[in-house]
Amino acid sequence: MAKYLLLKHYRGAPAAVNDVPMDQWSPEEISAHVQYMNDFAAGLEKTGEFVDGQALAPEGAWVRYDGEGRPPVTDGPFAETKDLIAGWMIIDVDSYERAVELAGELSAAPGAGGKPIHEWLEVRPFLAEPPTITE
Amino acid sequence: MDEVLLRSLTPNVLTVLVRRGADFAAAEDAVQDALVEALRVWAADPPRDAKGWLVTVAWRKFLDTTRADAARRRREDRVEEEPAPGTAPAMDDTLQLYFLCAHPSLTPASAVALTLRAVGGLSTRQIAEAYLVPEATMAQRISRAKRTVSGVRFDRPGDVATVLRVLYLVFNEGYSGDVDLAAEAIRLTRQLAARIDHPEVAGLLALMLLHHARRAARTASDGSLVPLAEQDRGRWDTTLIAEGVGILQAALARDRLGEFQAQAAIAALHADAPTAGETDWVQIVEWYDELTRLTGSPVVRLNRAVAVGEADGPRAGLAALAALDASLPRHAAVAAYLHERDGDLATAARLYAEAAHKAPNLAERDHLTRQAARLNARRGR
Repeated sequence: MAKYLLLKHYRGAPAAVNDVPMDQWSPEEISAHVQYMNDFAAGLEKTGEFVDGQALAPEGAWVRYDGEGRPPVTDGPFAETKDLIAGWMIIDVDSYERAVELAGELSAAPGAGGKPIHEWLEVRPFLAEPPTITE
Repeated sequence: MDEVLLRSLTPNVLTVLVRRGADFAAAEDAVQDALVEALRVWAADPPRDAKGWLVTVAWRKFLDTTRADAARRRREDRVEEEPAPGTAPAMDDTLQLYFLCAHPSLTPASAVALTLRAVGGLSTRQIAEAYLVPEATMAQRISRAKRTVSGVRFDRPGDVATVLRVLYLVFNEGYSGDVDLAAEAIRLTRQLAARIDHPEVAGLLALMLLHHARRAARTASDGSLVPLAEQDRGRWDTTLIAEGVGILQAALARDRLGEFQAQAAIAALHADAPTAGETDWVQIVEWYDELTRLTGSPVVRLNRAVAVGEADGPRAGLAALAALDASLPRHAAVAAYLHERDGDLATAARLYAEAAHKAPNLAERDHLTRQAARLNARRGR
């Protein structure tokens, strides 16, 4: 049992095979895509592997501490930021192989022309609790 | 009311229902409902016969949810003929329940969840919290597991090794939540050991007890890991150690060695040393040789290299390590430790940092980062 983050990028991932921006899809293609994502999450719930799924707005700000008694400094958004997270899904699965299998399935979500996007998703393991028996 | 005591009745009650003809999945749900009911009403009105009460309530709940009227009438007729609860021997049925919940057709995660619910009597919410997944996900995992084993005959003996693997997972990969999964694993393994005479069951129980004995000393107050050599041995639980050693010795005397007995033997040798310096590493290496023979596991060989480093010096440990695949988990951490012992602080610091980068959990990563930082500070950077 291990948790993995399936990370979707607005920017920063290698180019997808079917790399047409979503605003150039037909409305039906968008609906089909959304439906696929919902069905995928529902399927994961049924198999007992779903933990969380969230989408992020593309625009955010950078914030940092600016010293005692001063408000935090904000900056951005920066158009040149190379890596931009679009959202994630967290799964709890029996193996890394299963995580890769599911990421592959998610990457097959339909896009322009109703064809799979073949989008690159990042698969990252969570740092878990240490096991009791180590020696 | 003692919740653990209540939960310990779960397998008994469940098997009574199954023996009366209820299918496993429905009976299991009914028992859960009865446990919830017990938690609600027993505090104010405790029954004299706890198990009898649970059987009656669970059976009623089962009948309530059995929709088909004809089927229901048949079962109600049958219940009239049932012997009084608690009179039938339930030992073997409980054992069957362990086998069913660890059935090889289940994935490890499903077997763990089903065992904790059907044998352990934990609620879905408790199991979900323990494994940090949503309750809905855990509910699906459990009902899927129940469907998977629905066709499995309840009267055939299973493979005890699969049950032990599940219990080992509960103990070793337990997370957090309001349930102490390590203690729960020990309880379930004790219950199993009382029902089956098998040296490896005893071996696993001994292994758990010996590790559980060190629990208080294993983490510092800030939550950081304390390595075995630096643990305050005064905080080890000597009662648990004595029990674990006793169980292990009885098992070893049967001369049917298995991997859990061998692992427990190593834990016992650590527990036996008044100080880290007095550890009998030569014997520990011998046990690792046994374990390697039994499992062929590269992880065992990695741990063996550490023991060799202690028994015959760091150069010997590094030589043992050289024969192993560097991509093994914790390979860099072991190499770092052996190089430090060998006096090569620069290499050790670099390898500790590399090991931290690859660490599978936060506590280990923090620990390894500290090791690298300590050596870097000593070397004056």
